[in-house]
Amino acid sequence: MEVKEKKVGLENEEYIINMGPQHPSTHGVLRLVVALKGEIVQRVEPHIGYIHRGIEKMCENLTYQQIIHLTDRMDYLSAHINNEAVCLTVEKALEIEVPERVKYIRTIMSELTRIQSHQLFWATFGMDLGGLTCFFYGLRDREKVLDIFEESCGGRMIVSYNTPGGLMNDIHPNFQNRVKEFLKYFRGVIHEYDDLLTGNVIFQERSKGMGVMTKEEAIAWGLTGPTGRASGFSCDIRKHNPYSAYDKVAFREILYTEGDVFHRYLARMEEMRESMNIIDQLIDNIPEGPYTAKMKPVIKLPEGEYFQSVETARGELGVFIVSDGNKNPYRVKFRSPNFVNLAPLNLMARGSKIADLVAIGGSLDLIIPDIDR
Amino acid sequence: MEKSQLYAAIAAAVPEAVTAEGKQFVELTVAPENLKSVMGRLRDESNLSFDILVCLTGMDYGTDLGVVYHLRSYAFNHMAVVKTRISDRENPAVDSVCSVWPGAEYHEREVYDLLGIRFNDHPDLRRLFLDSTWGYPLRKDYKDDVNIVLK
Repeated sequence: MEVKEKKVGLENEEYIINMGPQHPSTHGVLRLVVALKGEIVQRVEPHIGYIHRGIEKMCENLTYQQIIHLTDRMDYLSAHINNEAVCLTVEKALEIEVPERVKYIRTIMSELTRIQSHQLFWATFGMDLGGLTCFFYGLRDREKVLDIFEESCGGRMIVSYNTPGGLMNDIHPNFQNRVKEFLKYFRGVIHEYDDLLTGNVIFQERSKGMGVMTKEEAIAWGLTGPTGRASGFSCDIRKHNPYSAYDKVAFREILYTEGDVFHRYLARMEEMRESMNIIDQLIDNIPEGPYTAKMKPVIKLPEGEYFQSVETARGELGVFIVSDGNKNPYRVKFRSPNFVNLAPLNLMARGSKIADLVAIGGSLDLIIPDIDR
Repeated sequence: MEKSQLYAAIAAAVPEAVTAEGKQFVELTVAPENLKSVMGRLRDESNLSFDILVCLTGMDYGTDLGVVYHLRSYAFNHMAVVKTRISDRENPAVDSVCSVWPGAEYHEREVYDLLGIRFNDHPDLRRLFLDSTWGYPLRKDYKDDVNIVLK
């Protein structure tokens, strides 16, 4: 039998591959449909919705105290900050001033949340790029923050510590010591992070100049958080529209102009140090007083529309509540940072190699339940 | 800029919108047919420069459907809310603002998915989370006996 040889110009043919939904580097059930020519990415099309739970619809049948527990499950690494966003919106609507003690504790907890989130980012980002050691180092240190949460909140990741008007319960008597101990410990080991990854030549080669977003693009697409600030877009809500105790502390907004993968990574590393400075300024000055304002057991918001945004570890989380005066909201909308940051992935990854797509996706620090909601 | 000044500036720049000072932000109500030109001017006027689309929300007001836009200015850090209402529930459509803010693309796909509002001139209008067998779950008259447990 004669075999006819057929020449196929594979290098000129575009082919489509599926990345995910079960893929370790998508950090959850995100499916990317990638069009490739050789190993050059032509197009990326994210398919989302694998864990869409309809949180916004569920909220319409729940009371405001119950909604808090759903927001934990959106961006589970910024659980405390998500809770705070809903609480601040409800408090704004009711025109309640929470006690100073609550503001301080919320700010400290938020910054601890940010630190542990960036630690996990560092751990998984290193792993995405082939450095498995990072994963163990990152989780070793993150465990210590989770222990602090466990002591005061009862939960480790899904804390639900905030409630409209204040906190669920007072901080543990040991809280301040534990936090100071952690800061001392973490300041001593954070140089290991830089030693392992930041100065690593292989890592720098793989991350510098990848997935560049300019400042104009970042503003037009609404990128926020470290992703936007690495492009020079000054978007820190803590700085521009301070809430809780952020107006009482001095801190630096981390800004770069390069907007590539490496600087998104650097922005998070610097933010961890800045978060530690913020905690330093507050931890010894927590005022005495009640841990919650006087609240009615049934919360009914006055008719109207309320919007509040906070800075989570990934960017701006906006909570938009429309109330018709009942104990359930009429409509709740969460403007989640990951949902917005995912949108320009195609723009960032076009023209890069498929291995770099993993780096670009990792640098956005995506949390899929926050995208799907 | 103070809120009252911003209110005056917006009212002067977009006379066809109904502008109110609002409790939290300046609020504009725009007819769907004027939406795109109003949005373009809100972004381009030098004293307003709303260059960030913070949030885009689809609403079901019971009789009407609507879309709410939260806008922010990078240079001035002020915010405004633009609202539009569509009375046609069977075949609702508004103009897409993707040409003004490219980041609106996913927001609008989400609204189309969950409320069934179509956006004219959207570059890629498909359902985002759900497949085509679903209705529009965020509508108030949506009934699903299997998947939604009501009290």
